[in-house]
Amino acid sequence: MAGAKNHDYHILPPSITPILGSFSALTMFFGLVMWMHPEQFGYGSLVFGLGLLGVLYTFFAWWSDVVTEAHAGDHTPVVQLHLRYGMIMFIASEVMFFVGWFWAWFDFSLFPVPLEIVKDAETHAFTVTNLIGQEGAAALMQWPPKGLEVLDSMKLPLLNTLILLCSGTTVTWAHHALIHGDREGLKKGLLATILLGLLFSSIQAYEYLEAPFPFAGLNYGTAFYMATGFHGFHVIVGTIFLAVCLVRANKGHFTPKQHFGFEAAAWYWHFVDVVWLFLFIAIYIWGGWGAPVHA
Amino acid sequence: MTTIAATGTDLHAHDHHDADHKPGFFARWFMSTNHKDIGTLYLIFAIFAGIVGGAISGLMRLELAAPGIQYLQGWASMMAGKEASLDEAYHMWNVLITAHGLIMVFFMVMPAIIGGFGNWFVPLMIGAPDMAFPRMNNVSFWLTVVAFIMLLGSSFVPGGTGLGAGTGWTVYAPLSTSGSVGPAVDMAIFSLHLAGAASILGAINFITTIFNMRAPGMTLHKMPLFVWSVLVTAFLLLLALPVLAAAITMLLVDRNFGGAFFDAAAGGDPVLYQHLFWFFGHPEVYIMILPGFGIISQIVATFSRKPVFGYLGMAYAMVAIGVVGFVVWAHHMFTTGMSVDMKMYFTAATMVIAVPTGIKIFSWIATMWGGSVSFKTPMVWAMGFIFMFTVGGVTGVVLANGGLDDNLHDTYYVVAHFHYVLSLGAVFSLFAGFYYWFGKMSGRHLNEFLGHLHFWVFFIGVNVLFFPMHFLGNSGMPRRYPDYPEAFAYWNGVASTGYAIMAVGILIFFVNVIWSLLAGRRAEDNYWGEGATTLEWTLTSPPPYHQFETLPVIK
Repeated sequence: MAGAKNHDYHILPPSITPILGSFSALTMFFGLVMWMHPEQFGYGSLVFGLGLLGVLYTFFAWWSDVVTEAHAGDHTPVVQLHLRYGMIMFIASEVMFFVGWFWAWFDFSLFPVPLEIVKDAETHAFTVTNLIGQEGAAALMQWPPKGLEVLDSMKLPLLNTLILLCSGTTVTWAHHALIHGDREGLKKGLLATILLGLLFSSIQAYEYLEAPFPFAGLNYGTAFYMATGFHGFHVIVGTIFLAVCLVRANKGHFTPKQHFGFEAAAWYWHFVDVVWLFLFIAIYIWGGWGAPVHA
Repeated sequence: MTTIAATGTDLHAHDHHDADHKPGFFARWFMSTNHKDIGTLYLIFAIFAGIVGGAISGLMRLELAAPGIQYLQGWASMMAGKEASLDEAYHMWNVLITAHGLIMVFFMVMPAIIGGFGNWFVPLMIGAPDMAFPRMNNVSFWLTVVAFIMLLGSSFVPGGTGLGAGTGWTVYAPLSTSGSVGPAVDMAIFSLHLAGAASILGAINFITTIFNMRAPGMTLHKMPLFVWSVLVTAFLLLLALPVLAAAITMLLVDRNFGGAFFDAAAGGDPVLYQHLFWFFGHPEVYIMILPGFGIISQIVATFSRKPVFGYLGMAYAMVAIGVVGFVVWAHHMFTTGMSVDMKMYFTAATMVIAVPTGIKIFSWIATMWGGSVSFKTPMVWAMGFIFMFTVGGVTGVVLANGGLDDNLHDTYYVVAHFHYVLSLGAVFSLFAGFYYWFGKMSGRHLNEFLGHLHFWVFFIGVNVLFFPMHFLGNSGMPRRYPDYPEAFAYWNGVASTGYAIMAVGILIFFVNVIWSLLAGRRAEDNYWGEGATTLEWTLTSPPPYHQFETLPVIK
């Protein structure tokens, strides 16, 4: 049986990217540790940046190889099935990652502690005290914490919800256009999705700047910014993924029959969309219910 | 579309290599895309990490051999390069227990049993030429290596009272947040991020391989039990590790950016960390033992020359353990002040797991029953596993009781329990698998006499080491302390003697491996005879660089 490969699986030549990416990741994370501890190390941001460059280069080189191999015909039907399984499970693990952030949010909101929040009128600085076991604690057991203004879920967050839902339809438009051989529709649909994604990120950034509660020193703020922030990071990653698809579409990649790179980006985009719907309901609407709204 | 077809032809050339054509040294071992080579790398890495983690436990047993502080202050001074205070010595103790736990869990057992044996034998057993994502397979390995470098590096930077991360392997807040100033704990956290990413990618690879690359005719219900065990394990990894990633990211946020996740003064909840950690941590203990179950099933069937008893029951028992394993986590937290109702639920749910585990134990015994049993080295390890894992399982049922656990929580009884399921469970299955498959992997036989000697010395050693810990725990000796009152001196002395015996056993193991690699008898294709029926035994020992270039057909 030596010599001839009589199966459709993908046997790969050796590759430098895995070890390169791993040591880049080590450099990046160690650089971050250095950066967070200036009392111990200097040049942390530099080391971090170097590692990040290595990681980004690894992503680029790795997926360039994947695209080249796809065009070389290595992605037989069974290998395409592998890629589908791989992407589905990657998204499943991402879902479990968000479970952690929602868990923190529900822990704080379903079991509120008596926080006394005083906002300095001049400096806008917050003083937070936990009055558990002290007088007046019972009156403070509420969520969101008493004395906190929250964002109006029916203004920008609702707009963002509509933007993401709309982007879900434009990416489907692109997909249908691709399947029916309409290259122009594919590019237009992708471009519309990317623009909507950028619009979403911009609105999120604006709202973070306007938000009436701090990140540090308060459970509401830390849980809010980390949950929505990791979602925002995933929106940016998804937007880049779609942008790569647009570049590839312009280069003439993707056929009506074989376009898993595009499909993976679309799946990822829908996942990001669904996470937002849960954030919108659990954090913006339900999690802010009853609190005074920031004007 | 036409451009695609044009670029397609020239890149195909590299696919036509011979089955046994190997790349050069650097490309083969540092750029590998071959599941057997990556499996070998994982095994070598796990052995190295095991030596480090085992040496650390040697330091711990040396310190604990008698009451009082013997050596700790000297070691702490050595690490710091200056005279260390008693507090720094105590911190050193915390660093040792943390490093021992993290290394043995993430860098010894998991890389050996999933990365090593999983990589080597899942493709062989299902009749596949390689893993589904050969390049991603290699990034899993190298991420594990850099994670280990990160963890070792953390011992040389400040972590609070002294050098290194002294949080325990569970990294509980607030000890790990406000309690440990300095970069060491951040490095330990990033080490877990890297190792976790490696394992998630590995899990995706295994699930895809097992679902899509089984040889024609091999239905899920014809799959060898080791493959079943890796499949269930991979699902546990995929769904549990991201929750750990979120939890330790919260630690980072609290430590470095003023976050309030676990800071009670700002409305945070330290018990939240424990929930998140154990939602990962409990599946994690099954991640370590399930592949061991699979290995034991293969070995018991092989050496009883019978198919395993109750194959489907064995497979679905593992699925049941995996599923129920996700809803029992808070039995690690009985003393956090949870309500009696919650304690009752988590007690009952935990005990349910004894049912599928019992199915496995009884089915192994039933497989041997009436079989023509030959006591080759892998078989004695497997039988040692069945005995000792049962002891650990029974103390597990004891600890599952919320009421009893109020007394036993954080005592040496718990330490005894989890070392019986890990050091005498997972590690026994690792040795069993190693003796079972070493000839297949290396092409050379291990020495049977040395194998048996290794077994008996190690078996006696670990029992002398860990059994007295039940007594210590029952009489109230707490975990994680370097010192203890006179009353605990006797059994601690015995336990430390047990460590020395175990260490001799490990030496015999290394002598055996080195002897075999230098002068071992050549291994035939199927050196275990008619009992060994899985596909790896149809190949040469070692198998060709690329096996199954024509897929086998299962009838």
